[in-house]
Amino acid sequence: MSLIDLANPSRFLALTARALPWLAAATVLAFAIGISQVYLAPDDYQQGATVKIMFIHVPAAWLGIFAWIVMSVAALGTLVWRHPLADVAAKAAAPIGAAFTLMCLVTGSLWGRPMWGTYWVWDARLTSVLVLFLMYLGVIALWRTIDDPAQAARTAAILTLVGAINIPIIKFSVDWWNTLHQPASVFRLGGSTIHPAILVPLIVMAVAFTLLFLTLHLAAMRNEIMRRRVRTLMMLQAGARMGP
Amino acid sequence: MTALCALLVRDLRLAVRVGGGALTGVLFFLIVVTLMPFAIGPDLALLARMGPAILWLGALLASLLALDRLLAMDHEDGSLDLILTAPVPLELAVVVKAFAHWLTTGLPLVISSPLLGLLLNLEAKASGAVALTLLAGTPALTFIGLIGAALTVALRRGGLLLAVLVLPLTVPVLIFGVAASNAAITGPVPFGAPFGILCALTLISLVIGPLAAAVALRQGLE
Amino acid sequence: MNFGPHAAFIITAYVVAIAVVAGLIAWIVLDRRHLSRILDDFEAQGISRRSTRTDGDKW
Repeated sequence: MSLIDLANPSRFLALTARALPWLAAATVLAFAIGISQVYLAPDDYQQGATVKIMFIHVPAAWLGIFAWIVMSVAALGTLVWRHPLADVAAKAAAPIGAAFTLMCLVTGSLWGRPMWGTYWVWDARLTSVLVLFLMYLGVIALWRTIDDPAQAARTAAILTLVGAINIPIIKFSVDWWNTLHQPASVFRLGGSTIHPAILVPLIVMAVAFTLLFLTLHLAAMRNEIMRRRVRTLMMLQAGARMGP
Repeated sequence: MTALCALLVRDLRLAVRVGGGALTGVLFFLIVVTLMPFAIGPDLALLARMGPAILWLGALLASLLALDRLLAMDHEDGSLDLILTAPVPLELAVVVKAFAHWLTTGLPLVISSPLLGLLLNLEAKASGAVALTLLAGTPALTFIGLIGAALTVALRRGGLLLAVLVLPLTVPVLIFGVAASNAAITGPVPFGAPFGILCALTLISLVIGPLAAAVALRQGLE
Repeated sequence: MNFGPHAAFIITAYVVAIAVVAGLIAWIVLDRRHLSRILDDFEAQGISRRSTRTDGDKW
Protein backbone atom coordinates (compact mmCIF):
# COMPACT_ATOMS: atom_id res chain seq x y z
CA MET A 1 0.00 0.00 0.00
CA SER A 2 1.63 3.20 -1.13
CA LEU A 3 1.53 6.52 0.61
CA ILE A 4 -1.01 7.86 -1.80
CA ASP A 5 -3.44 5.12 -0.85
CA LEU A 6 -3.30 6.39 2.70
CA ALA A 7 -4.28 9.79 1.38
CA ASN A 8 -7.90 8.76 1.41
CA PRO A 9 -9.16 9.77 4.85
CA SER A 10 -11.77 7.04 5.02
CA ARG A 11 -9.21 4.41 4.23
CA PHE A 12 -6.87 5.93 6.80
CA LEU A 13 -9.59 5.79 9.42
CA ALA A 14 -10.34 2.17 8.62
CA LEU A 15 -6.66 1.26 8.80
CA THR A 16 -6.02 3.00 12.09
CA ALA A 17 -9.18 1.58 13.62
CA ARG A 18 -7.64 -1.85 13.17
CA ALA A 19 -4.07 -0.88 14.02
CA LEU A 20 -4.63 1.23 17.11
CA PRO A 21 -5.60 -1.53 19.56
CA TRP A 22 -2.45 -3.44 18.63
CA LEU A 23 -0.30 -0.34 18.97
CA ALA A 24 -1.83 0.45 22.34
CA ALA A 25 -1.23 -3.10 23.55
CA ALA A 26 2.36 -3.00 22.32
CA THR A 27 2.85 0.30 24.14
CA VAL A 28 1.56 -1.08 27.42
CA LEU A 29 3.74 -4.16 27.07
CA ALA A 30 6.82 -2.10 26.28
CA PHE A 31 6.22 0.10 29.31
CA ALA A 32 5.70 -2.94 31.51
CA ILE A 33 9.07 -4.29 30.45
CA GLY A 34 10.64 -0.87 30.69
CA ILE A 35 9.40 -0.08 34.16
CA SER A 36 10.57 -3.43 35.47
CA GLN A 37 13.97 -2.82 33.93
CA VAL A 38 14.09 0.60 35.52
CA TYR A 39 13.15 -0.85 38.86
CA LEU A 40 15.94 -3.39 38.64
CA ALA A 41 18.55 -1.04 37.24
CA PRO A 42 21.52 -0.38 39.50
CA ASP A 43 22.16 2.98 41.14
CA ASP A 44 24.74 5.17 39.52
CA TYR A 45 27.92 5.39 41.55
CA GLN A 46 27.85 9.16 41.38
CA GLN A 47 24.19 10.03 41.20
CA GLY A 48 22.61 7.26 43.20
CA ALA A 49 19.00 6.48 42.57
CA THR A 50 18.29 9.81 40.87
CA VAL A 51 19.64 8.31 37.68
CA LYS A 52 16.21 6.71 37.43
CA ILE A 53 14.84 10.09 36.43
CA MET A 54 16.98 9.81 33.33
CA PHE A 55 14.83 6.93 32.10
CA ILE A 56 11.95 9.35 31.55
CA HIS A 57 13.84 12.58 30.99
CA VAL A 58 15.93 11.39 28.02
CA PRO A 59 13.14 9.60 26.10
CA ALA A 60 10.88 12.62 26.68
CA ALA A 61 13.59 14.83 25.18
CA TRP A 62 14.06 12.53 22.21
CA LEU A 63 10.34 12.48 21.52
CA GLY A 64 9.95 16.23 21.90
CA ILE A 65 12.51 16.58 19.16
CA PHE A 66 11.11 13.66 17.15
CA ALA A 67 7.66 15.25 17.11
CA TRP A 68 9.05 18.43 15.58
CA ILE A 69 10.81 16.33 12.93
CA VAL A 70 7.49 14.56 12.20
CA MET A 71 5.86 17.97 11.90
CA SER A 72 8.64 19.12 9.55
CA VAL A 73 8.21 16.11 7.27
CA ALA A 74 4.45 16.70 7.34
CA ALA A 75 5.12 20.36 6.51
CA LEU A 76 7.03 19.29 3.41
CA GLY A 77 4.13 17.00 2.55
CA THR A 78 1.78 19.97 2.78
CA LEU A 79 3.88 22.50 0.90
CA VAL A 80 5.56 20.35 -1.73
CA TRP A 81 3.34 17.35 -2.40
CA ARG A 82 0.03 18.65 -1.05
CA HIS A 83 -0.55 15.28 0.60
CA PRO A 84 -3.98 15.67 2.22
CA LEU A 85 -3.17 13.85 5.42
CA ALA A 86 0.00 15.85 5.93
CA ASP A 87 -2.03 18.74 7.38
CA VAL A 88 -3.75 16.38 9.79
CA ALA A 89 -0.49 14.77 10.83
CA ALA A 90 1.15 18.13 11.53
CA LYS A 91 -1.71 19.51 13.57
CA ALA A 92 -2.09 16.33 15.61
CA ALA A 93 1.62 16.12 16.44
CA ALA A 94 2.00 19.62 17.90
CA PRO A 95 0.27 19.22 21.29
CA ILE A 96 1.86 15.80 21.79
CA GLY A 97 5.33 17.16 21.07
CA ALA A 98 4.70 20.11 23.36
CA ALA A 99 3.64 17.76 26.17
CA PHE A 100 6.78 15.64 25.84
CA THR A 101 9.00 18.71 25.73
CA LEU A 102 7.33 19.99 28.89
CA MET A 103 7.86 16.59 30.50
CA CYS A 104 11.52 16.81 29.53
CA LEU A 105 11.91 20.29 31.04
CA VAL A 106 10.15 19.43 34.30
CA THR A 107 11.84 16.07 34.89
CA GLY A 108 15.16 17.61 33.95
CA SER A 109 14.57 20.38 36.45
CA LEU A 110 13.70 17.85 39.16
CA TRP A 111 16.86 15.94 38.32
CA GLY A 112 18.98 19.06 38.28
CA ARG A 113 18.01 20.21 41.75
CA PRO A 114 19.61 17.31 43.66
CA MET A 115 22.43 16.88 41.16
CA TRP A 116 23.50 20.42 40.26
CA GLY A 117 21.89 22.25 43.15
CA THR A 118 19.59 24.32 40.97
CA TYR A 119 16.20 23.85 39.32
CA TRP A 120 17.25 25.80 36.27
CA VAL A 121 20.31 27.18 34.58
CA TRP A 122 20.55 29.18 31.39
CA ASP A 123 22.96 26.98 29.53
CA ALA A 124 22.76 26.23 25.82
CA ARG A 125 20.83 22.97 25.97
CA LEU A 126 18.19 23.98 28.50
CA THR A 127 17.69 27.31 26.75
CA SER A 128 17.29 25.75 23.31
CA VAL A 129 14.82 23.15 24.63
CA LEU A 130 12.84 25.92 26.32
CA VAL A 131 12.82 27.79 23.01
CA LEU A 132 11.54 24.59 21.37
CA PHE A 133 8.71 24.50 23.89
CA LEU A 134 7.83 28.13 23.13
CA MET A 135 7.85 27.38 19.42
CA TYR A 136 5.45 24.47 19.99
CA LEU A 137 3.10 26.84 21.78
CA GLY A 138 3.45 29.32 18.92
CA VAL A 139 2.55 26.72 16.31
CA ILE A 140 -0.44 25.58 18.35
CA ALA A 141 -1.55 29.21 18.68
CA LEU A 142 -1.21 29.62 14.92
CA TRP A 143 -3.35 26.55 14.24
CA ARG A 144 -6.05 27.87 16.50
CA THR A 145 -6.05 31.38 15.06
CA ILE A 146 -6.48 30.77 11.35
CA ASP A 147 -9.98 29.65 10.40
CA ASP A 148 -9.46 27.93 7.08
CA PRO A 149 -7.78 24.56 7.79
CA ALA A 150 -5.89 24.50 4.50
CA GLN A 151 -4.45 27.95 5.01
CA ALA A 152 -3.64 27.22 8.62
CA ALA A 153 -1.81 24.10 7.48
CA ARG A 154 0.36 25.96 5.00
CA THR A 155 1.16 28.79 7.41
CA ALA A 156 2.00 26.35 10.19
CA ALA A 157 4.12 24.37 7.73
CA ILE A 158 6.31 27.38 6.98
CA LEU A 159 6.72 28.19 10.65
CA THR A 160 7.56 24.55 11.40
CA LEU A 161 10.27 24.46 8.75
CA VAL A 162 11.79 27.75 9.91
CA GLY A 163 11.77 26.49 13.49
CA ALA A 164 13.42 23.21 12.48
CA ILE A 165 16.72 25.03 12.62
CA ASN A 166 16.49 24.72 16.40
CA ILE A 167 16.74 20.92 16.25
CA PRO A 168 20.42 20.64 15.29
CA ILE A 169 21.12 23.47 17.73
CA ILE A 170 19.63 21.41 20.56
CA LYS A 171 21.49 18.30 19.52
CA PHE A 172 24.88 19.91 19.20
CA SER A 173 24.51 22.57 21.89
CA VAL A 174 26.33 20.48 24.46
CA ASP A 175 29.22 20.03 22.03
CA TRP A 176 29.47 23.61 20.80
CA TRP A 177 29.19 25.34 24.15
CA ASN A 178 30.58 24.68 27.56
CA THR A 179 27.36 23.70 29.29
CA LEU A 180 26.28 22.43 32.67
CA HIS A 181 24.17 19.78 30.95
CA GLN A 182 26.24 16.71 30.29
CA PRO A 183 27.60 16.10 26.80
CA ALA A 184 26.28 13.51 24.37
CA SER A 185 26.73 10.00 25.68
CA VAL A 186 24.33 7.86 23.65
CA PHE A 187 24.29 9.06 20.07
CA ARG A 188 27.85 9.95 19.33
CA LEU A 189 30.61 8.93 16.98
CA GLY A 190 32.59 6.18 18.60
CA GLY A 191 29.61 4.59 20.27
CA SER A 192 27.80 5.13 23.48
CA THR A 193 29.65 5.72 26.72
CA ILE A 194 26.95 4.43 29.03
CA HIS A 195 27.24 1.10 30.80
CA PRO A 196 24.84 -1.51 29.40
CA ALA A 197 23.12 -1.94 32.75
CA ILE A 198 21.88 1.62 32.38
CA LEU A 199 21.77 1.76 28.59
CA VAL A 200 19.42 -1.19 28.13
CA PRO A 201 16.59 0.16 30.33
CA LEU A 202 17.05 3.52 28.63
CA ILE A 203 16.61 2.01 25.17
CA VAL A 204 13.60 -0.05 26.28
CA MET A 205 11.95 3.04 27.74
CA ALA A 206 12.76 4.96 24.57
CA VAL A 207 11.05 2.28 22.50
CA ALA A 208 8.06 2.34 24.84
CA PHE A 209 7.82 6.13 24.59
CA THR A 210 8.06 5.96 20.81
CA LEU A 211 5.23 3.45 20.63
CA LEU A 212 3.27 5.73 22.94
CA PHE A 213 3.87 8.65 20.59
CA LEU A 214 2.74 6.63 17.57
CA THR A 215 -0.40 5.51 19.35
CA LEU A 216 -1.28 8.99 20.56
CA HIS A 217 -0.43 10.57 17.22
CA LEU A 218 -2.59 8.21 15.18
CA ALA A 219 -5.46 8.61 17.64
CA ALA A 220 -5.14 12.38 17.50
CA MET A 221 -5.05 12.27 13.70
CA ARG A 222 -8.32 10.35 13.73
CA ASN A 223 -9.85 12.99 15.95
CA GLU A 224 -8.63 15.69 13.61
CA ILE A 225 -10.24 13.99 10.61
CA MET A 226 -13.48 13.78 12.55
CA ARG A 227 -13.17 17.46 13.44
CA ARG A 228 -12.89 18.38 9.78
CA ARG A 229 -15.92 16.29 8.95
CA VAL A 230 -17.85 18.13 11.63
CA ARG A 231 -16.75 21.41 10.09
CA THR A 232 -17.86 20.31 6.64
CA LEU A 233 -21.22 19.19 7.96
CA MET A 234 -21.72 22.44 9.83
CA MET A 235 -21.07 24.35 6.66
CA LEU A 236 -23.47 22.13 4.75
CA GLN A 237 -26.07 22.66 7.41
CA ALA A 238 -25.62 26.42 7.32
CA GLY A 239 -25.89 26.32 3.56
CA ALA A 240 -29.06 24.25 3.68
CA ARG A 241 -30.63 26.64 6.15
CA MET A 242 -29.92 29.61 3.97
CA GLY A 243 -31.80 27.92 1.17
CA PRO A 244 -31.40 28.15 -2.62
CA MET B 1 15.64 47.58 -10.88
CA THR B 2 13.83 50.88 -11.02
CA ALA B 3 10.70 49.13 -9.77
CA LEU B 4 12.52 48.09 -6.61
CA CYS B 5 13.96 51.58 -6.17
CA ALA B 6 10.48 53.00 -6.53
CA LEU B 7 9.24 50.58 -3.86
CA LEU B 8 12.08 51.59 -1.56
CA VAL B 9 11.40 55.30 -2.00
CA ARG B 10 7.68 54.74 -1.49
CA ASP B 11 8.20 52.86 1.74
CA LEU B 12 10.68 55.40 3.06
CA ARG B 13 8.33 58.26 2.27
CA LEU B 14 5.36 56.52 3.89
CA ALA B 15 7.30 55.67 7.01
CA VAL B 16 8.49 59.20 7.47
CA ARG B 17 5.16 60.73 6.66
CA VAL B 18 2.47 58.51 8.17
CA GLY B 19 2.04 59.10 11.87
CA GLY B 20 5.78 59.28 12.42
CA GLY B 21 6.08 55.53 12.82
CA ALA B 22 9.83 55.83 12.90
CA LEU B 23 9.99 58.18 15.84
CA THR B 24 7.30 56.31 17.73
CA GLY B 25 9.64 53.33 17.86
CA VAL B 26 12.37 55.44 19.39
CA LEU B 27 9.88 56.88 21.84
CA PHE B 28 8.88 53.40 22.93
CA PHE B 29 12.56 52.53 23.29
CA LEU B 30 13.02 55.55 25.52
CA ILE B 31 10.01 54.67 27.65
CA VAL B 32 11.10 51.07 28.15
CA VAL B 33 14.62 52.09 29.10
CA THR B 34 13.12 54.60 31.53
CA LEU B 35 10.85 52.00 33.07
CA MET B 36 13.63 49.59 33.84
CA PRO B 37 15.29 51.64 36.60
CA PHE B 38 11.89 52.07 38.23
CA ALA B 39 11.61 48.32 38.42
CA ILE B 40 15.23 47.53 39.18
CA GLY B 41 16.02 50.41 41.50
CA PRO B 42 18.34 53.35 41.11
CA ASP B 43 21.54 51.52 41.95
CA LEU B 44 23.81 52.98 39.28
CA ALA B 45 26.39 50.22 39.41
CA LEU B 46 23.73 47.58 38.85
CA LEU B 47 22.19 49.56 36.01
CA ALA B 48 25.57 49.94 34.37
CA ARG B 49 26.12 46.20 34.54
CA MET B 50 22.70 45.50 33.09
CA GLY B 51 22.87 48.36 30.62
CA PRO B 52 23.61 46.37 27.48
CA ALA B 53 20.87 43.89 28.30
CA ILE B 54 18.30 46.61 28.97
CA LEU B 55 19.16 48.41 25.75
CA TRP B 56 18.98 45.21 23.74
CA LEU B 57 15.65 44.20 25.25
CA GLY B 58 14.23 47.66 24.60
CA ALA B 59 15.40 47.58 21.00
CA LEU B 60 13.97 44.07 20.52
CA LEU B 61 10.57 45.03 21.87
CA ALA B 62 10.49 48.27 19.91
CA SER B 63 11.34 46.37 16.70
CA LEU B 64 8.65 43.86 17.46
CA LEU B 65 5.96 46.44 17.95
CA ALA B 66 6.81 48.18 14.71
CA LEU B 67 6.47 44.99 12.68
CA ASP B 68 2.81 45.43 11.90
CA ARG B 69 3.77 48.43 9.80
CA LEU B 70 5.87 46.19 7.60
CA LEU B 71 3.22 44.27 5.71
CA ALA B 72 -0.18 44.60 7.37
CA MET B 73 -0.75 48.16 6.27
CA ASP B 74 -0.05 47.28 2.66
CA HIS B 75 -2.33 44.29 2.94
CA GLU B 76 -5.16 46.46 4.20
CA ASP B 77 -5.09 48.94 1.35
CA GLY B 78 -4.42 46.36 -1.34
CA SER B 79 -0.90 47.39 -2.26
CA LEU B 80 0.40 44.00 -1.21
CA ASP B 81 -1.64 42.33 -3.92
CA LEU B 82 -0.13 44.75 -6.43
CA ILE B 83 3.35 43.92 -5.22
CA LEU B 84 2.61 40.22 -5.57
CA THR B 85 1.52 40.60 -9.16
CA ALA B 86 4.32 42.99 -10.09
CA PRO B 87 7.07 41.80 -12.46
CA VAL B 88 9.67 41.90 -9.69
CA PRO B 89 10.47 38.72 -7.75
CA LEU B 90 8.55 38.72 -4.50
CA GLU B 91 11.68 37.77 -2.58
CA LEU B 92 13.43 40.95 -3.70
CA ALA B 93 10.36 43.07 -3.05
CA VAL B 94 10.21 41.95 0.56
CA VAL B 95 13.95 42.50 0.94
CA VAL B 96 13.43 46.08 -0.16
CA LYS B 97 10.46 46.52 2.17
CA ALA B 98 12.35 45.06 5.11
CA PHE B 99 15.37 47.24 4.35
CA ALA B 100 13.18 50.34 4.24
CA HIS B 101 11.61 49.24 7.50
CA TRP B 102 15.02 48.83 9.12
CA LEU B 103 16.19 52.22 7.88
CA THR B 104 13.20 53.91 9.44
CA THR B 105 12.73 51.77 12.55
CA GLY B 106 15.92 49.90 13.41
CA LEU B 107 18.48 52.52 12.52
CA PRO B 108 16.88 55.23 14.70
CA LEU B 109 17.10 52.77 17.59
CA VAL B 110 20.80 52.29 16.92
CA ILE B 111 21.41 56.03 16.76
CA SER B 112 19.48 56.74 19.94
CA SER B 113 21.07 53.95 21.96
CA PRO B 114 24.17 55.92 23.08
CA LEU B 115 21.92 58.67 24.44
CA LEU B 116 19.85 56.14 26.34
CA GLY B 117 23.07 54.60 27.56
CA LEU B 118 23.62 57.80 29.50
CA LEU B 119 20.39 57.14 31.40
CA LEU B 120 21.77 53.79 32.41
CA ASN B 121 25.10 55.11 33.55
CA LEU B 122 26.96 53.39 30.76
CA GLU B 123 30.34 54.83 29.95
CA ALA B 124 31.20 55.87 26.40
CA LYS B 125 33.04 52.70 25.47
CA ALA B 126 30.14 50.56 26.66
CA SER B 127 27.56 52.64 24.83
CA GLY B 128 29.64 52.46 21.69
CA ALA B 129 29.88 48.70 21.94
CA VAL B 130 26.13 48.35 22.42
CA ALA B 131 25.43 50.67 19.49
CA LEU B 132 27.75 48.64 17.29
CA THR B 133 26.11 45.34 18.21
CA LEU B 134 22.69 46.89 17.66
CA LEU B 135 23.84 48.06 14.25
CA ALA B 136 24.84 44.50 13.40
CA GLY B 137 21.85 42.87 15.07
CA THR B 138 18.78 45.01 14.36
CA PRO B 139 18.69 43.98 10.69
CA ALA B 140 18.40 40.38 11.91
CA LEU B 141 15.49 41.41 14.13
CA THR B 142 13.77 43.06 11.18
CA PHE B 143 14.32 40.19 8.78
CA ILE B 144 13.26 37.53 11.28
CA GLY B 145 10.25 39.69 12.11
CA LEU B 146 9.52 39.75 8.39
CA ILE B 147 8.80 36.03 8.57
CA GLY B 148 6.30 36.48 11.37
CA ALA B 149 4.71 39.45 9.65
CA ALA B 150 4.26 37.44 6.47
CA LEU B 151 2.77 34.50 8.34
CA THR B 152 0.22 36.67 10.13
CA VAL B 153 -0.47 39.18 7.37
CA ALA B 154 -4.00 38.01 6.71
CA LEU B 155 -5.01 37.92 10.36
CA ARG B 156 -6.80 40.96 11.62
CA ARG B 157 -5.76 40.85 15.23
CA GLY B 158 -2.55 38.99 14.69
CA GLY B 159 -0.33 41.37 16.66
CA LEU B 160 0.17 39.28 19.75
CA LEU B 161 0.47 36.07 17.78
CA LEU B 162 3.13 37.76 15.68
CA ALA B 163 5.13 38.48 18.81
CA VAL B 164 4.74 34.91 20.05
CA LEU B 165 5.99 33.52 16.76
CA VAL B 166 8.89 35.91 16.27
CA LEU B 167 10.38 36.13 19.76
CA PRO B 168 11.69 32.55 20.05
CA LEU B 169 13.42 32.98 16.71
CA THR B 170 15.14 36.18 17.88
CA VAL B 171 16.57 34.60 21.03
CA PRO B 172 19.98 33.80 19.46
CA VAL B 173 20.32 37.37 18.21
CA LEU B 174 19.60 38.71 21.66
CA ILE B 175 21.99 36.30 23.33
CA PHE B 176 24.92 37.11 21.08
CA GLY B 177 24.16 40.82 20.94
CA VAL B 178 24.37 41.12 24.71
CA ALA B 179 27.33 38.73 24.87
CA ALA B 180 29.26 40.83 22.39
CA SER B 181 28.45 44.04 24.26
CA ASN B 182 29.54 42.58 27.57
CA ALA B 183 32.67 41.13 25.98
CA ALA B 184 33.66 44.59 24.82
CA ILE B 185 33.03 46.11 28.24
CA THR B 186 34.35 43.63 30.74
CA GLY B 187 35.05 40.17 29.69
CA PRO B 188 38.07 38.10 29.11
CA VAL B 189 36.13 36.80 26.11
CA PRO B 190 37.28 38.68 23.01
CA PHE B 191 34.69 40.86 21.33
CA GLY B 192 35.27 39.29 17.95
CA ALA B 193 33.80 35.86 18.63
CA PRO B 194 30.23 36.72 19.65
CA PHE B 195 30.21 39.71 17.32
CA GLY B 196 31.14 37.45 14.42
CA ILE B 197 28.34 35.08 15.27
CA LEU B 198 25.94 38.04 15.51
CA CYS B 199 26.96 39.16 12.03
CA ALA B 200 26.54 35.60 10.78
CA LEU B 201 23.03 35.47 12.24
CA THR B 202 22.16 38.68 10.47
CA LEU B 203 23.50 37.43 7.16
CA ILE B 204 21.58 34.16 7.51
CA SER B 205 18.38 36.04 8.31
CA LEU B 206 18.89 38.25 5.26
CA VAL B 207 18.55 35.10 3.16
CA ILE B 208 16.09 32.95 5.05
CA GLY B 209 13.79 35.80 6.03
CA PRO B 210 12.80 36.93 2.54
CA LEU B 211 12.61 33.36 1.23
CA ALA B 212 10.28 32.20 3.99
CA ALA B 213 8.30 35.44 3.87
CA ALA B 214 7.75 35.17 0.13
CA VAL B 215 6.45 31.61 0.48
CA ALA B 216 4.22 32.67 3.35
CA LEU B 217 2.84 35.64 1.44
CA ARG B 218 2.12 33.64 -1.69
CA GLN B 219 0.13 31.01 0.12
CA GLY B 220 -1.45 33.42 2.57
CA LEU B 221 -2.94 35.62 -0.07
CA GLU B 222 -3.97 33.09 -2.67
CA MET C 1 12.87 -0.03 47.57
CA ASN C 2 15.39 2.49 48.72
CA PHE C 3 15.33 5.57 46.55
CA GLY C 4 18.07 7.29 48.43
CA PRO C 5 18.16 10.78 49.92
CA HIS C 6 16.51 12.40 46.91
CA ALA C 7 13.49 10.13 46.79
CA ALA C 8 11.03 13.01 46.67
CA PHE C 9 12.52 14.30 43.41
CA ILE C 10 12.46 10.89 41.77
CA ILE C 11 8.89 10.20 42.75
CA THR C 12 7.74 13.68 41.72
CA ALA C 13 9.38 13.24 38.33
CA TYR C 14 7.56 9.99 37.72
CA VAL C 15 4.27 11.44 38.93
CA VAL C 16 4.69 14.37 36.53
CA ALA C 17 5.41 11.99 33.66
CA ILE C 18 2.34 9.91 34.44
CA ALA C 19 0.23 13.05 34.75
CA VAL C 20 1.37 14.36 31.36
CA VAL C 21 0.68 11.05 29.64
CA ALA C 22 -2.68 10.73 31.39
CA GLY C 23 -3.52 14.27 30.32
CA LEU C 24 -2.74 13.49 26.69
CA ILE C 25 -4.81 10.32 26.76
CA ALA C 26 -7.70 12.11 28.44
CA TRP C 27 -7.59 14.92 25.87
CA ILE C 28 -7.71 12.46 23.00
CA VAL C 29 -10.43 10.29 24.48
CA LEU C 30 -12.69 13.16 25.54
CA ASP C 31 -12.18 14.94 22.22
CA ARG C 32 -13.14 11.78 20.37
CA ARG C 33 -16.28 11.30 22.40
CA HIS C 34 -17.32 14.90 21.86
CA LEU C 35 -16.75 14.71 18.11
CA SER C 36 -18.50 11.35 17.85
CA ARG C 37 -21.52 12.78 19.55
CA ILE C 38 -21.68 15.70 17.14
CA LEU C 39 -21.29 13.42 14.15
CA ASP C 40 -24.05 11.15 15.46
CA ASP C 41 -26.31 14.17 15.90
CA PHE C 42 -25.74 15.09 12.28
CA GLU C 43 -26.41 11.51 11.26
CA ALA C 44 -29.69 11.59 13.16
CA GLN C 45 -30.71 14.80 11.48
CA GLY C 46 -30.05 13.20 8.15
CA ILE C 47 -27.29 15.58 7.11
CA SER C 48 -24.38 13.71 5.61
CA ARG C 49 -21.34 14.36 3.44
CA ARG C 50 -21.40 13.81 -0.29
CA SER C 51 -19.12 10.79 -0.13
CA THR C 52 -21.56 8.81 1.98
CA ARG C 53 -24.18 9.36 -0.66
CA THR C 54 -22.16 9.16 -3.85
CA ASP C 55 -18.59 8.08 -4.37
CA GLY C 56 -16.60 11.25 -3.66
CA ASP C 57 -13.59 11.87 -1.46
CA LYS C 58 -14.62 14.92 0.50
CA TRP C 59 -13.61 15.23 4.13
